[in-house]
Amino acid sequence: MNLWKKLMCYSRRHSPWLFHMNSGSCNGCDIEIVASLSPRYDAEQLGVRLEGSPRHADILVVTGPVTHNSAAAIRTVYGQVLGPKAVVAIGSCPATTNVFIDSRTLDGPLDRHIPVDVFVPGCPPRPDAIILGVAKAAEILAERGNKPPAESVMVPIAESACCAGGCACAKKDAKTDEVQA
Amino acid sequence: MNPLITSLARLLIFPGLLFAVPCAWFFLWVERKAVARMQGRIGPPFMQPFFDFIKLLGKGTPSRSGVAGMLMRAWPLIAVSSAAGAVGLLPVLPASGGFQGDLILLLALLELPSMCIIAAGFSSRSIFGEIGSAREAVLSVSYNIVFLLAILSIAAAQHTFSLSALAELPSSPLRWLGILALLICLPAKLHLNPFSLPNAEQEIYSGPMVEYAGPELAMWELSHGLEWVAATGLVATLMAPAVTAVWLAILIFVALAFAIVLLLSITAAATARLQIDTTVRFYWQCTLIFAVLAVAAALFMRYKA
Repeated sequence: MNLWKKLMCYSRRHSPWLFHMNSGSCNGCDIEIVASLSPRYDAEQLGVRLEGSPRHADILVVTGPVTHNSAAAIRTVYGQVLGPKAVVAIGSCPATTNVFIDSRTLDGPLDRHIPVDVFVPGCPPRPDAIILGVAKAAEILAERGNKPPAESVMVPIAESACCAGGCACAKKDAKTDEVQA
Repeated sequence: MNPLITSLARLLIFPGLLFAVPCAWFFLWVERKAVARMQGRIGPPFMQPFFDFIKLLGKGTPSRSGVAGMLMRAWPLIAVSSAAGAVGLLPVLPASGGFQGDLILLLALLELPSMCIIAAGFSSRSIFGEIGSAREAVLSVSYNIVFLLAILSIAAAQHTFSLSALAELPSSPLRWLGILALLICLPAKLHLNPFSLPNAEQEIYSGPMVEYAGPELAMWELSHGLEWVAATGLVATLMAPAVTAVWLAILIFVALAFAIVLLLSITAAATARLQIDTTVRFYWQCTLIFAVLAVAAALFMRYKA
């Protein structure tokens, strides 16, 4: 039984399937997500697969500052992803609503609607930071299983250099101290 | 040996489940890896399809009620068992038994997963699923005519519907024509580019699979892998030269099937998806003529002989 649990944990860490959701993003982060799957960064080496249906996904990847129109859709799609699941917020918009702060068309940031596990800040973040965020989310998801989400993690902005040098990043060093401006 | 034990061994051990399931994962990996290499990427690690399968087993499934829910749970299981049965019928080992007409059973079992996909898309009641199912149905009507005629031409030339007898007979030019027609049908049967219409991701997401999740999706992945093994294995057994040594037969079978998988994956990576009407026209106008010619030649040679 223990062996099965270990195998399941290992498999979850090595097979994160993404569902990408745009909540009113300017498309900058979306392009970087696509870039992280392209030949130069090739996230498929980690088992990442971009899925067309939220039913197939493990990790919900959200970009954009959450407009009024998209808020209900985000909650619906989050409900359609089956557990165990994790949420990665790509870019500064879902974390803080970024330059669109105080806009009357916004209902953000993202963690007012769904629990977020990993924040990847940047405008837009680099593809290697996105891949690191997804890998962290897969780790969190594998450890947590079906338990409810706990506190969120932020990928440090200067992480990409560290990751290029063999990724010796400490696991829990960057707890969220997300800037609510 | 007791025929019951022999057939059970074929279904469960070789070339059945115990051999076919790892082989299915291996072929799925080869497909993804070949596409990645063709695109200049490194691609997924070797154990990737296995990890995907285990992970999907540990995920939840949406609650479904009523007859449609029961049907949706049943389709992937029927697909997996029929694909596994098809693999079990393959005459890989020399003198492995088999019966007159097992070719027809194999064709029926190979066709069942695609029927299940059609039914699954319609019972999911998702608009993407329904479009995917309609496409799969149109596609299967198109390629199956050619597929069946090709098999028929091989069988008619050799006077038998028994797979092991077909595999043992020496090859003829006519048989290679039939094998070529089979190879042209395989991308459509396995939903690969340029005929990947039912699961065209950029248009209709995953098509019929769009509402499936967790263990059910794992079963679909497995049945897709087993279809790979069965379809490439069928062509491999028809191509393979007759040998008496068991290990040599296994080696030749795996090598040939691997070569076909590689060929299909490279074709898939090098081509773009065709539209549904172009695909249908391709099978009905271009390929059908050759298949009809092959059958006519087979029948003609049979009466001449």
